Amino acid sequence: MRADRSHLDWLESEAIFILREVAGECARPALLFSGGKDSLVLLRLAERAFRPGRFPFPLVHIDTGHNFPEVIAFRDQRAAELGEELIVRSVEDSMARGTVKLRSAEESRNAAQSVTLLEAIEEFGFDAAIGGARRDEEKARAKERVFSFRDAFGQWDPRNQRPELWDLYNPRVGAGEHVRVFPLSNWTELDVWQYIAREKLEVPAIYYAHRRPVVRRNGLLVPVTGLTPPRAGEAVEEVCVRFRTVGDVSCTCPVESVAATPQEVIVETLATRITERGATRMDDQTSESSMERRKREGYF
Amino acid sequence: MSATGVTGLALKNDLRFSGGEIHAARKPETMEGQMRTVLAHPGTVLRFITAGSVDDGKSTLIGRLLHDTKQILEDQLFAVAQASKKRGFAGSDLSLLTDGLEAEREQGITIDVAYRYCATPKRKFIIADTPGHEQYTRNMATGASTADAAVILADATKGLLPQGKRHLYIAHLLGIRDIVVAVNKMDLAGYEQPAFEAVREAFAAFAAPMRIPSLRFVPLSALAGDMVVERGSRMGWYRGPTLLELLEALEPAEAAAARPFRFAVQLVQRAGGERRYLGRVASGTVHVGDAVAVLPSGRHTRVSAIHTHAGQPQDARAGDSVSLALADDIDVSRGDVFAQAAQAPQARHSLQATLVWLAAEPLDPRGRYLLKHTTRTVRAKVSAVNYVMDVNALEPRYGAPALAMNDIGQVSLELAQPVFADAYAADRATGAFILIDAHSHHTVAAGMIR
Repeated sequence: MRADRSHLDWLESEAIFILREVAGECARPALLFSGGKDSLVLLRLAERAFRPGRFPFPLVHIDTGHNFPEVIAFRDQRAAELGEELIVRSVEDSMARGTVKLRSAEESRNAAQSVTLLEAIEEFGFDAAIGGARRDEEKARAKERVFSFRDAFGQWDPRNQRPELWDLYNPRVGAGEHVRVFPLSNWTELDVWQYIAREKLEVPAIYYAHRRPVVRRNGLLVPVTGLTPPRAGEAVEEVCVRFRTVGDVSCTCPVESVAATPQEVIVETLATRITERGATRMDDQTSESSMERRKREGYF
Repeated sequence: MSATGVTGLALKNDLRFSGGEIHAARKPETMEGQMRTVLAHPGTVLRFITAGSVDDGKSTLIGRLLHDTKQILEDQLFAVAQASKKRGFAGSDLSLLTDGLEAEREQGITIDVAYRYCATPKRKFIIADTPGHEQYTRNMATGASTADAAVILADATKGLLPQGKRHLYIAHLLGIRDIVVAVNKMDLAGYEQPAFEAVREAFAAFAAPMRIPSLRFVPLSALAGDMVVERGSRMGWYRGPTLLELLEALEPAEAAAARPFRFAVQLVQRAGGERRYLGRVASGTVHVGDAVAVLPSGRHTRVSAIHTHAGQPQDARAGDSVSLALADDIDVSRGDVFAQAAQAPQARHSLQATLVWLAAEPLDPRGRYLLKHTTRTVRAKVSAVNYVMDVNALEPRYGAPALAMNDIGQVSLELAQPVFADAYAADRATGAFILIDAHSHHTVAAGMIR
């Protein structure tokens, strides 16, 4: 091996260590997999951690029913290629059960995912849920632990977190409690794209530049879909865009882009003047603390 | 791009940096070159901690570092300006960037360690931003535990204060080899050399008995930017590196790779007709064919193969996650340690250790604790509290019955099963442990083995 390790080698090695600690310490872990770029990186890291063996956890997707179809196709394809178990639990089932109540059919189901996620955690008795969240995404996440405790109600208490020292993680939980585990804590958006480029990872096509009808609203490019029609007076234009994050259709916006390859995305990421979520997420802009509040309630 | 972009530009004059003098963080003509560098040669990682109080200008220094390396983006500046306005501030308060929790913003204090990221073409930095208040010793210990280097802020007009001593002590206690004292507020000291030298001499004299391997000093003004990322023009008398240059040049990985080999088994896997031991090299370097001791069995064998995704390399070094195979069939499970045969650690059934007490509930001498050391967790009890360190006087106080939150003390521990440990001063990876309350599962203490 080379004498000095690049920052990508270091991040990869740390994430592998974290995934193996989950396998070594937790009785019933799961890996949250959406088909988005961060969770695709997580899958590659899980291959690095456990191949030639099988993953010691199933993949779990919380489906809002409002997804970009390309991403769902990609999710299924990737799970099949890996030959690993994929569990899908849907917000629409929670709505049918009456545990999720929305004010209107168009209301974003993004926050409702927390309910379905906690129901899935309870159904399968998961004691650890591995997610792709990164500390650089949002200021509340910057205070998040790698192993982050959730009480029996799935709540995060940011003021009462377990101190986390060295690489001595504490995933111990009581009945009904669980930990969220974030192996990508120390990765930035740029690191993720550099890793995708280095590993030649396939990601859904909507992460690269494509033409799409959008309207301009509050400084965001809102994609025009069946769920998100233009409002009265808004002009629909076709713009060359890509998605920086891919979440629920109702709250995810693309950015203008000409990047058709990971390398070109890296160049645009270096040049950007707006953060990943700031450019793309309607759900984070409602208040200074909207992410913290959602996370307290059990969000990813 | 849209309204946000325009507002972002207007905001720049609004920052609490000196009169609108903000350099274009990344000059357009060098952008192309930087991208090529980033794409072709990803740099190494350096983790560092910053310690200092609000008055020392820590938030301003971090803001300056992030800003001048182009890590603060316009929507963040916009959000900070909005939040500052809401609070009735005249300018943008950059500490709002780093204070992520609602309670912190409400109270105007930093409660918890926050992690910041900053990359230059040379390296990626992970910054643990820790609050400097006395009651937050535990947060500084937390941030320092994973840091390669510490940046301790001092005020050029005030010199060495009790909290500066405390920060130096804790950074050293947590085994940080590279400590940089950033002598800030040189703008208030006329940018003059004697002010800097006075602070340097005071710190150096205080630190002398600690024998810190690398203690460096940089005069700077976080407010004006001099000697942080840019040299500025007002301290021509200083010939040393800027803070960023210094941080880019540190090489902590070499020291970790030079120590005796240590590897804690995370998982055991059967593959390709052999048993593989999955884990990360904690210290030192291992080559195929090396003689290793397997602990606790005490048996000696050789490493027959190293596996990674990229094939079968001939060696691995501190920090590498790998799978190892051994020449002999030995019963090995999670928590076992492989060590350089000639320099294996001792089995320890009892420990002398320095504890930093982290939990609100004080140490209970009759309490049941779990001690997690590398990948091994054993039952433990604290048999004696020998003394508690007075972190203001930096003197031991004898006769304390227990440790309370933020106390640092010398204790004796008895273990139900042995751990295979080195002294923390010799090896951070195999000298550190945490105590977990067996009932509540809280992480209650950080320990460093003597």
